[in-house]
Amino acid sequence: MIGYGNAGRGDDGLGPAFAERLARANLKDCFIDIDYQLTVEHALQVADAQTVLFADALIGGDTPFRFAPVQADSAADIASHSLLPEAVLALAELLYGKAPEAFVLGIQGESFGEVAEGLSDVAQANLDLAEKFILEWLASSKKNVLLASSAC
Amino acid sequence: MAEPRLIEISPVTRVEGHGKVTIHLDANNQVDEARLHIVEFRGFERFIRGRLLWEVPVIVQRLCGICPVSHHLAAAKAMDGICGVDELPPTAEKMRRLMHYGQVMQSHVLHFFHLAAPDLLFGFGAPAEKRNIFEVIKENPELGRRAIAMRQFGQEIIEATAGKKIHGTGAIPGGINKNLPIATRDAFLAKIDDMLLWTQDALAMARGYTLEHSKLVAEFASFPSNYMSLVREGDGALDLYHGKMRALDAAGDTIFDNLDYRNYQDVLLEDVRSWSYMKFPFIREIGPENGWYRVGPLARMNTANFIDTPLANAALTDLKSVTNGAPNRSTLANHWARMIEVVHCVEKIQELLLDPDLQGTDLKATGERREEGIGVIEAPRGNLIHHYKVDENDQVTYCNLIVSTTHNNEGMNRAVKDVAVKHLSGKEQITEGMLNHVEVAIRAYDPCLSCATHALGQMPLEVELFDAEGALIDSRQRAG
Repeated sequence: MIGYGNAGRGDDGLGPAFAERLARANLKDCFIDIDYQLTVEHALQVADAQTVLFADALIGGDTPFRFAPVQADSAADIASHSLLPEAVLALAELLYGKAPEAFVLGIQGESFGEVAEGLSDVAQANLDLAEKFILEWLASSKKNVLLASSAC
Repeated sequence: MAEPRLIEISPVTRVEGHGKVTIHLDANNQVDEARLHIVEFRGFERFIRGRLLWEVPVIVQRLCGICPVSHHLAAAKAMDGICGVDELPPTAEKMRRLMHYGQVMQSHVLHFFHLAAPDLLFGFGAPAEKRNIFEVIKENPELGRRAIAMRQFGQEIIEATAGKKIHGTGAIPGGINKNLPIATRDAFLAKIDDMLLWTQDALAMARGYTLEHSKLVAEFASFPSNYMSLVREGDGALDLYHGKMRALDAAGDTIFDNLDYRNYQDVLLEDVRSWSYMKFPFIREIGPENGWYRVGPLARMNTANFIDTPLANAALTDLKSVTNGAPNRSTLANHWARMIEVVHCVEKIQELLLDPDLQGTDLKATGERREEGIGVIEAPRGNLIHHYKVDENDQVTYCNLIVSTTHNNEGMNRAVKDVAVKHLSGKEQITEGMLNHVEVAIRAYDPCLSCATHALGQMPLEVELFDAEGALIDSRQRAG
C-alpha cells in the first residue's frame, strides 16, 4: 500500500493518515509506504507486489470514499515530479514487465490547499469508514497487499 | 490586418506548482509582451510564526513535497545561528552534506530524464503524444531503469541521513541526530561504482545534446544577466552546502564576493509587481531594472572558480571552454550544468562514505543564544535563503524565505519573452508545439512554483487564445 499526500496541507494528508492506520493494524505480508506524492521510483515497489493499493485524498466526490481497480495507462503522462497511479503502473510494466493487480482508494476531504496541520472532522469520519471498508475487504479477499498512500 | 491577441499557457506543465504564461500579440502578430505569472499564493511565512525553533527544520519540509530536504537543511542552518553555533562538529556537517548531495543528485536526475528528456530527444515541436517519458523508455528501456535506480539511490541517502523518507528529523539546531552505521555505508559503497558510471553517461548525453545543437542552444532563451550563488570560502570552489555569496555580471566581473550570507539584505532587495504573486529580487546597488540575476546549476558553473572533485571539474573546464571562460548565458546549457552537478554529487558522496567522521559520535554543538538566524544553501534549483527571528520563548516571530525559483523570476520571464518573440512572432496560427517552446524555456530552470508561492499543486496545461476584446476564441487543455 502506498499512502500519499502532504500532511501540512490539511485534508491532503488523508493518504498518509490512512497508511498510518493500516500500519497499526499489523497486517501480514503487507508493505506500507508513505510519501508526499507518487514518483518514478514507486514503479520499483509496485513491480515487486502482487497487489497494490494507492490511497489518496479525494476532492469533489459525493461519497465518503471511492474504491476502484486501476490499470496501467501510459497516456497518463509524467507532467511533473508527481505521478498518477496509472503512470506508476505503466512504468512498472514498461521497465520491469510487471503488472500487479491494483486499486485506488480515494478518501473524500473537505479542506485542501492551505498550510494547515490535522484533518477536518469530515475527513476524519471518512477515514474511519474507509479503514473499516478496506479491512473488511482484505479479510474477505485474503489479499497479500502492498499498500501505498499519498494525497495531492 | 489581424486583431491583437492574448495567448495563455495555463498552467505550465512539467514544472511544479501553479503558473501560467500570457503572450500578447499585436495586430501584426508580433509578440508585444510575454509573462510568467504565478497564480496562487499560500502564506507559509505566516504559518511558521509561533512555532518553536527546534521544530522549524521539520515543519518547513511541508512547504513543498518536491524539495523538502532543501528547506530542512536551510532552516537547520538558520537555527544553528539562533543557537549560537557557527561551526558544526565534523560528523554533523558531513552527515548534512551527505543528505544534501543525495537530494541534489536525485532531483537533477529526475528533472533530466523524466521532465526534460522528452523535449531534448524528440524535439520541442514534436507531437505531444510523442513528447513524453514513456516514448523515451520505449526507445531505451535500460536508460529508464538506470534513471530510476539513480533516483532511488539519492532517496536512500536521504532516508539514511534524515532518518525518514518524509518529514526527516536528521538535521537539528546545532547538529545532526545520528551518524551513519557501517552497514549502511557499505550498502551505499556497493552501488557507488554503478552510480559514477551512469552519471557520467548522463553527463555525456547532456554535453552531447548541447554541442550537437549548438546553434539552437546559442539562440534559444540566451541572454546576458548577472549570476549569483554561494562559493566555498577562500578558494571560490563550487560548494552546494555552505560558503560565501558571490555575484558576477554578464561579463564575469565581480559585483560582490566573499559576502557573509547573514548580510544578504545588504545586497538583495525584493520587488513586487501587480501581475504576479512571486517577488522579483534584484541586487540593491544596481537596481531593479538591471540588477536581476539568475541562480541554479548554470549560474553556479559561472560563479565557481573550479570544482573540487576531478570528474566534475574536468566537465566544468569543458563547459567553460565553449564560452572561452566567459559566463555561459544559454538557458538550455542548464541541462549540461545540471549533469555536471550530478557527477559532482556522486563523487562527493563517495568521498564522504569513505570518511570515518561519518561514524563519529560528537553530533551537536552549543553556543550562546541569539534572536536571529539566517541559513543559506545551494538547493538543486539554486540559492535558497531562510531567515528567522525568535522570541525569548523560542517561538518564531519573523520568517522570510527567498527560494531559488523566486531568484530566477526575472530570468524566467526574460526567457519566456525571448522564446515567444523568436518562435511565435509573425505566425498566423499558434500550434501546441510552438507553445511548448515557451514551456521548454521555463522547464530548463526546473522551477518549483510550489515553493515560490509556498503552495503545493499540479500543473495541467491550459492554453487560451483571446481576441482584442478579450473574448475567448480558442483553447486547449491537457491533464497535469
